[in-house]
Amino acid sequence: MSCVRGLRCKECGRDYPIAAVYVCEFCFGPLEVQYNYEQAAQSMTRDAIAARPRNLWRYRELLPLDGEPTDGLQSGFTPFIRAHNLARELGVRDLYIKNDGVNFPTLSYKDRVVPVAIAKAKELGFDTVGCASTGNLANAVAAHGARAGLRRYIFIPTGLEAGKVMGTLVYQPTLVAVEGNYDDVNRLCSEITNKYHWAFVNVNMRPYYTEGAKTYGFEVGEQLGWRAPDNLVCPVAGGTILPKIWKSFHELERLGLIPSVRTRMFAAQAATCAPVVTAVHRGSDIIPPMKPAPLAESVDTSLRIGNPADGPYVVQAVRQSDGWAEMATNEEIIAAMQLLARTEGIWTETAGGTTLAVAKKLIEQGRIRRDETTVICITGNGLKTLEAVRERLGKPIPIAATLAAFEERVLGA
Amino acid sequence: MPVKVLLPTVLQRLTNNEVEVQAEGGTVREVVDDLERRYPGLKERLCDETGRLRRFVNIYVNNEDIRHLANEETPLKEGDEVSVVPSIAGGASPPGAQRE
Ligand SMILES: Cc1ncc(COP(=O)(O)O)c(C=O)c1O
Ligand SMILES: [Zn+2]
Repeated sequence: MSCVRGLRCKECGRDYPIAAVYVCEFCFGPLEVQYNYEQAAQSMTRDAIAARPRNLWRYRELLPLDGEPTDGLQSGFTPFIRAHNLARELGVRDLYIKNDGVNFPTLSYKDRVVPVAIAKAKELGFDTVGCASTGNLANAVAAHGARAGLRRYIFIPTGLEAGKVMGTLVYQPTLVAVEGNYDDVNRLCSEITNKYHWAFVNVNMRPYYTEGAKTYGFEVGEQLGWRAPDNLVCPVAGGTILPKIWKSFHELERLGLIPSVRTRMFAAQAATCAPVVTAVHRGSDIIPPMKPAPLAESVDTSLRIGNPADGPYVVQAVRQSDGWAEMATNEEIIAAMQLLARTEGIWTETAGGTTLAVAKKLIEQGRIRRDETTVICITGNGLKTLEAVRERLGKPIPIAATLAAFEERVLGA
Repeated sequence: MPVKVLLPTVLQRLTNNEVEVQAEGGTVREVVDDLERRYPGLKERLCDETGRLRRFVNIYVNNEDIRHLANEETPLKEGDEVSVVPSIAGGASPPGAQRE
């Protein structure tokens, strides 16, 4: 029942059969999964979808699997909430939060892409998976790979937050901390992929992995009552999720599930590492690789990629959609994390702080209109980046266990 | 100047499945030309008609992206390691664009 037709080079259009390949032999362009949309449209109706389990496989006609999924059956279909308090604070009418900070089981959007990559790796006969990660992906590969019974080699840069490191180690993979930043890790993983027959989810499984990110957008479309928002603000690291959300809205439109897409796509990065924002501001398609600011000066590490694989496709989606890109300073990121917690009761990590800080900026700039529908993509959980807010939150009030102490110290009576 | 070159899977068909090969040259450009002599057809995979590196090809010398060095003119010394990596593992620039 698979609607998958094969792989196609995004640059020169050459076709390839489904396999563990990820770049075009002729031009080195990235390969992308092709579907038979006529076939998908027959079974993927609103009613049929509504009757399916609330997980990421709800939209499986447009995911690259042949058989029945057995991974990630509790992943996806995360909360979508109307953010009244935050909307009031920001002075907009219609604001929504899509909260992948409570995705299952590792509390980030990576719980969507990893089950798809792992399911495909199993179909292709691999017994070992790996990844190059800024932290969240490491957690997801470690956990989903554990459940799938696969050997796991996970590569991170040195200096990540304790929550992300422990949140990987607990699943007992082989965790390797590489000297250098993510871009060094990523290059090394490419070289390892050339030599070892392993499925690196974001290297040789990348055509399948990235398709999993579309489910974030499918869910937004469905949860918004089968329409796409006017504006969507999304964090950017390697550049996977933003273009895939853009693609997912167009696929929903193509299947007749939503009216025509008029969404403007907005990209968010931390000022300490903003190669994609810089390219958008320069009006350029070129994304010169950038060295991130030193770790000690960077609150965010999740988005810390100086050489983003799919950066050019982010720029393309932003431009085609008449959107824009902005960056947030360390201070703005932390303030936005606290703002979201205070107004909506959601504790996001630094990537979420970056996204909200940028949304606020875009509203102030008038690029996001106050009377339109806006979705803010919250993609990670604050428990993983305690370090970012540790010094900002004050302390509990210490008292003796007596009523008098309570009244004196807490109520100030 | 003999150097070691690491090649991605998509090129290994041209090198009898060798992952690591030897080549000679004083710059990255010369090494690419030498690879073409040793493995005919390899250069057109890496470079467009004008001889520039393709948009989706990244090259590293001793783990540093040549765009942070002197691009194709990056000098090489004996024993250097040149790694060719598809840009899926890192950004890209459009055809003919400046590789900053
Ligand atoms: C929490 C979080 N949000 C967003 C992203 C964005 O990733 P990408 O642009 O690679 O899809 C990442 C990447 O690691 C992340 O960890
Ligand atoms: Zn191609």
